[in-house]
Amino acid sequence: MELLCPAGNLASLKTALNAGADAVYLGLKNDTNARSFAGLNFTPKKLQQAAEFTKKCGKKIFLTINTFPKPGEENRWYEAIDLAASTGVDALIMADVSLLDYAHSRYPHLPLHLSVQASATNLGALKLYKEEFNIERAVLPRVLSMKQVRDLAKVTPVDLEVFAFGSLCIMAEGRCHLSSYVTGQSPNTGGSCSPAQHVRWQEVDSNRLTLLNDVLIDKSGLDEQMGYPVVCKGRYTTDENNSPSHILESPTSLNTLSLLPELAKANVVSLKIEGRQRSPAYVEQVTKVWRAAIDSYKSAPEKYQTQQAWDQALAKVSEGQTTTLGAYERNWQ
Amino acid sequence: MKTSLGPLQYCWEKEKVNAFYEHVAQSNIPLIYLGETVCSRRRQLKFSDYFALAQMLKESGKQVVISTLALLEAPSEYIELQKHVDNGEFIIEANDIGAVQAAKERNLPFVCGPTVNNYNFATLKKLHQWGMQRFVMPVELSKEWLTSVIETEQPIPFEVEVFGHGYLPLAHSARCFTARQQGLQKDNCQIVCLSHSKGLLAQTMDAQPLLRLNGIQTQSASLIDLSNEVEQMKQMGVDYFRVSPNSLKSIEIAEHVLQQPCSDKTLSCNGYWHQTAGFNQVAAC
Repeated sequence: MELLCPAGNLASLKTALNAGADAVYLGLKNDTNARSFAGLNFTPKKLQQAAEFTKKCGKKIFLTINTFPKPGEENRWYEAIDLAASTGVDALIMADVSLLDYAHSRYPHLPLHLSVQASATNLGALKLYKEEFNIERAVLPRVLSMKQVRDLAKVTPVDLEVFAFGSLCIMAEGRCHLSSYVTGQSPNTGGSCSPAQHVRWQEVDSNRLTLLNDVLIDKSGLDEQMGYPVVCKGRYTTDENNSPSHILESPTSLNTLSLLPELAKANVVSLKIEGRQRSPAYVEQVTKVWRAAIDSYKSAPEKYQTQQAWDQALAKVSEGQTTTLGAYERNWQ
Repeated sequence: MKTSLGPLQYCWEKEKVNAFYEHVAQSNIPLIYLGETVCSRRRQLKFSDYFALAQMLKESGKQVVISTLALLEAPSEYIELQKHVDNGEFIIEANDIGAVQAAKERNLPFVCGPTVNNYNFATLKKLHQWGMQRFVMPVELSKEWLTSVIETEQPIPFEVEVFGHGYLPLAHSARCFTARQQGLQKDNCQIVCLSHSKGLLAQTMDAQPLLRLNGIQTQSASLIDLSNEVEQMKQMGVDYFRVSPNSLKSIEIAEHVLQQPCSDKTLSCNGYWHQTAGFNQVAAC
C-alpha cells in the first residue's frame, strides 16, 4: 500500500519523502490545479528539481492538473501536460475529459490517474475512463461507505486510491457549486474552494463573525477552534430548528487509521493524505504517523491496532482538533 | 427555442406526482424529463411507475426523457441504472458519467444533465461522439461561457439546454441532510423528505436565506430566474429553456415563459448567468 503525501512546495516535498512517503503529489503555480493558492505550488524549474530529488530517493512523483479548462484558454492546460511529459513525472492526475484525451493521445506511455475532481463513484464511470483513456488508477470521492469501496474494489478495472487523512470534503468532489454560489469562484475552474480573498473575520462584542463574500457563515466565541471557512461547514438555522447548528457538517478532519486493515484487504493501492496547502510541519507529522501505521500493519496484519499516540498526534493537526471516519462509516451518513 | 420541464427533484407522494404529470400532459410543454435524480431511498414511485407516466406523456404528444441519479454509489443503484437505460423506448438524461457509459456501451443516444462536468467544447465534442444529443449547461456557468462554446463550431452538432428557472442543484453528498436535521440517520430516514415539498430552507445566523436541504442534495435558497434573458438566449441559439418544477405553478411558468418574463421575483437570482456569485440578482441592463 502506497503512502501518497501532499507537497505544496519543495520544502514540503523533501519533508514528506524524508518522513516516509512512497510518493508525492503536487501542482503547478497556476490555475491548472485545484489548490491554486498564492505562495503555493511549483514553477517548471522547481518541478524539475522536485522530480530529480524524488527519483534520487527512489520514490514517485505525480503532477495534478485537475481543474477544467475554460473555452479559449485550453492551451495553458495542454502546456502543463506537455511540461509534465518532458519532466518525466510518474503520473498525471486529471479530471477533464478533453485533457485525458489530449494526454492519452499524445503521450500514451505517461500513466494517468483519475482525479477525485472527476467524481467517479461507480463501475460505469471507471470503465469509461479506462476504455477511453487507459487510466491506471482512480481517486475515489469521499462519499462512499467502506462497504461501497469494498464492492467497487471487487469489480474495478483500475487501481483505487482513497483519501486516508485530511480535510473532509462532504460533497461529491468536482460537482459541488457551494463555493461559486456564494463567491462566484468555482473550484472546478478557478482552482480553490472558498477563495481566501472572500474570507473575512470580524470581532463583534465577544463573538467572532466569519464572513464569506459578506455572507455570515459562522458566529463563534473568540476562543473556539475554527476550521477554514467553507459553506458546508457553516452554522445555519432552519424553519424546524431555530438554534444555529452545523446542519451539513462541523469543522472536522477525516482520519481513517482505524480502517487501515479493511482498506488493505480491499486491495486499495494508495492512501492519500490531503493538504497541499498545509505547512511542512503538518506534512511531516502526518507522514510520520501514517508511515508507522502502514509499517505496523505490514509487519503483523492480524495484530494491527490504532495507537493512541498516533491519534493524538493527528488530532493536533486536524480541523477543530476532531476527526471522523466521514462517509466510510454508514452512521455518519 | 422551446421549453422543457426538468425532473421533479423533490420527494412527493405517488398520488401527487401522478396528478402533477396529468397536468403536465394537458400543458403545451414539448419536452419532459422525469425520474428520480436525488436519492434511491425514495421509493414512492418505482421505475415501472415512471415508465407508465412516460408513456402517458408520450401519448399526449410530449417528447420524454428518463432522468437518472446524480450520485451513483451502491451496486444496487448501478443495476437500477441499467434498467433505466434498457427501457427500450425513451432516451435517458445522464446525470453521472457512469450513466454516460451505460448509454454509450449500448450505442444509445442520451442527454447530458447539468451535474456532469462539461466545461469546454472539446469535452462536449467527445461526449457527442459517445452519443450525446443535447447537454444541459452546468448551473455555475455563464452566458459568456455558453456563447464561446456555441461559437466554436457552426452549426453546433448537439442541442443546448439552459437551466432557466427553479431551485439550483448545488451539491450532492453521501449524507442525508434532511434526515440529519431531524436527528435521523440515512438508513432510517423515515422518508422525511416527504414533509418538504420544496426542500427545507436554511438561513444564516443573520436570517439570510442561503441553502435548501433536499435529502442528500443541497439546493439554492433562491430561485434562479432567467426569464428576462429569453430573447438573448433565442439569439444565441439555445434550444431549450428548462423549468425545474417545485409545484403546479411551475407548469404555468413553463407554458408562458417564452412569451413573458416571470412576474414574481421574490428571492430570485441570476448571478451565474452574469458570471458572478450564483446567488446574486443582477439588474437588467
